[in-house]
Amino acid sequence: MTLLEIHEPGETPLPHAGEGSLAVGIDLGTTNSVVAIARDGKPAALHDESGRAMVPSVVAYPTSGGVLVGDEARLVMAQEPRNVVASVKRLMGRGAADLHAVAGVLPYEIEPGSGQTDMVKLRIGGKARSPVEISAEILKALRARAEAALEKPVERAVITVPAYFDDAARTATRDAARVAGLEVLRLVNEPTAAALAYGLDKGSEGLYAVYDLGGGTFDFSLLRLEKGVFQVLATGGDTALGGDDFDRAIAERMLAERNKDGLADQVDEAAVKTALALARQMKEQLSDRDQTSGRLEIAGVPSFHALGRAAFEAMIADYIARTLDIARNVLVDADIKPADVQGVVLVGGSTRLPLVRAKVAGMIGKPALTDIDPDEVVALGAALQAESLTGGGDTLLLDVTPLSLGLETMGGIVEKVVPRNTPIPVQLAQDFTTYQDGQTAMAIHVVQGEREMVADCRSLARFELLGIPPMTAGAARIRVSFAVDADGLLTVSAEERTTGVAQRIEVKPSYGLSHDDMADMLYDSLDNAEADMMQRLLTEARVEAKRSLLALDSALAKDGALLNAEERAAIDAGRASLEGAMAGDSRDEINATAEALEMLSKPFAERRMDRGIREALSGLSVKELESRVGE
Amino acid sequence: MDHFARLGLPAALDLEPASLDRVYFALQRRWHPDRFVAKPAAERAKASAEAAALNDAYRTLKDPLSRAVYFAELNGVELPGDGRTIDDPELLMEAMEAREELHEAGSAEAVDALAAKARDDMESSLSGLGSLFLRDDKPAIRKALLRLRYLDKFAEEARARRMNLERSRA
Repeated sequence: MTLLEIHEPGETPLPHAGEGSLAVGIDLGTTNSVVAIARDGKPAALHDESGRAMVPSVVAYPTSGGVLVGDEARLVMAQEPRNVVASVKRLMGRGAADLHAVAGVLPYEIEPGSGQTDMVKLRIGGKARSPVEISAEILKALRARAEAALEKPVERAVITVPAYFDDAARTATRDAARVAGLEVLRLVNEPTAAALAYGLDKGSEGLYAVYDLGGGTFDFSLLRLEKGVFQVLATGGDTALGGDDFDRAIAERMLAERNKDGLADQVDEAAVKTALALARQMKEQLSDRDQTSGRLEIAGVPSFHALGRAAFEAMIADYIARTLDIARNVLVDADIKPADVQGVVLVGGSTRLPLVRAKVAGMIGKPALTDIDPDEVVALGAALQAESLTGGGDTLLLDVTPLSLGLETMGGIVEKVVPRNTPIPVQLAQDFTTYQDGQTAMAIHVVQGEREMVADCRSLARFELLGIPPMTAGAARIRVSFAVDADGLLTVSAEERTTGVAQRIEVKPSYGLSHDDMADMLYDSLDNAEADMMQRLLTEARVEAKRSLLALDSALAKDGALLNAEERAAIDAGRASLEGAMAGDSRDEINATAEALEMLSKPFAERRMDRGIREALSGLSVKELESRVGE
Repeated sequence: MDHFARLGLPAALDLEPASLDRVYFALQRRWHPDRFVAKPAAERAKASAEAAALNDAYRTLKDPLSRAVYFAELNGVELPGDGRTIDDPELLMEAMEAREELHEAGSAEAVDALAAKARDDMESSLSGLGSLFLRDDKPAIRKALLRLRYLDKFAEEARARRMNLERSRA
């Protein structure tokens, strides 16, 4: 007898895991994004037709409609700077209170969040858009690229995030993937992904550091590699420090030089974006040369600017010093001396700067590892992890929490429950008690950060535990549990334990997006999907109509003599009304007039066919005819 | 299940770090959520809980001091929560003097010397714990662990002080 299997409610086993839909690795970067796939342990970045792996993380909402991503979006920058967003990653999961961290870096009109959530929105293309939906556009473009390259649907991905991303930014990244129709298999920390790409290539063992300086974020992680195990010992970073800051330093200098030369610029959003774009070019040139120059034009007034490498390095020295401070702190956290580190992997475009390479090598006392393209290495590692997760690989990634998690206690002091660098997944609990006789409720405020005072930490969630039985102060035992999953996402729950009747509340910090926001966004993308579909059907109808017009024209040119004047006039009229319909936007009208024209020209087509057959048959013997039919 | 049992190790004060790593990695290979991505939610939840418990056990047993504190608690020694006030006047005096010394240390070398002394103190105190457990001298174990906790905090403060000194010099 065969027993039927019954699954738990809400559970459907995956129909055929690993088949059909592929899992990719995505590096969703501040400046550039990359999508990659691994097969049999060999990762490869997916390129566009012109061979580029990097997709600029730039999104444009041009006035002509639609959404553009990447190089195409960048092209819109010059004409419509207000409709273009770059470096949106710096705003992921950020509230109005965090804006000091990015103030001046991002030339956007920023609106504080409304209602339940705090996440800021950008006014782009005349509409307030959240960083999540803008990031989702980048992910959609990467997904489309992957599907085009692999000729298969892509629905699952490992997406990388800076190790130092907090809970809000991680949640926002996950939400963006959802809006883009991607199931996130795992959020993997960028330095860990980079180590994965290196480790498998080289079969390295021992202590390795990853120095990851990207466009907008800095991470430093220390890992132990051993027989396929990647154990992160400690990590640290700054989510508002990267190549963008170098661009801004150069741009500010150019604007100051113009000012000194007596040019009274109106420094608006467009001017800043233009200056930043030029600054980025000049910065990149200084990686290979000692001297560069650029021409900046604002409101039609050009100016010329020279910049030497030494001057540039002096401008960014403080930023680099800060990264080295963070790196040293991570080594101290792990109780490791720089000399014990066997190698340091460089990740991120900003590590192309000679100054960065020299300083990092100096700190560790060894030349840095740069064999794998620093722009692609993170995506390659993510692809390897995606393959391992779907195909059952043998590598094991053991990552840690980047920041301490705790609760606010009396006086605004933070009680840490999960210290930083704790291996994840983790579930830790701590008991708290009431401070007033008869207290029946407790406000629970979850914070993230290293500082002692709540005011200096990141507020993640607040909730109230109600229904505590009235007792004398200090008698209740409230157990608050923190669970951090393998993606680094937090769930907090609380219960009262003395009474036996456990009152339990579970809170997922949802700083990223409210459920309403999320729903709106999903609807938006559905709406757009419908509009996109209608647009495609209309285009198809036009193309089809055009094709039949061309065929009709060539038939008329050849066999027009088969028609009398009246018939010809009717066909010409039908032809004209189809052309009229094609100029409009109604697919139905195009199809209807095309059908009408086909009816009108049907007798003509039949006559042409008859004549064709007669011509073909004339002069053929019965025998030849039979042999032809038999062919 | 206690942390030792979870990792399949004998409950002991001394533990070879390499063997702890070996069993931890082997068990994580089996239970890490990455191995359960395509499994039903119930199995995923079980694996996640198991992996979290392994991480808790590993973290507790990896560090010699937290292992000693945990082992003492298993053996019925009650310690006040971490970060509570010191109730031992002798230790209080030692702590105050050491903090003053640290505060006055003006060079990285001076701070290093204090940190090294604290580390040496910790090591000898940790190695002496075994005999206290053999005698089951709970008050002495308690006293030694509280002093170890303080020394650990002091070493952390010394590291912070050293970072500050380096930064102000740079």
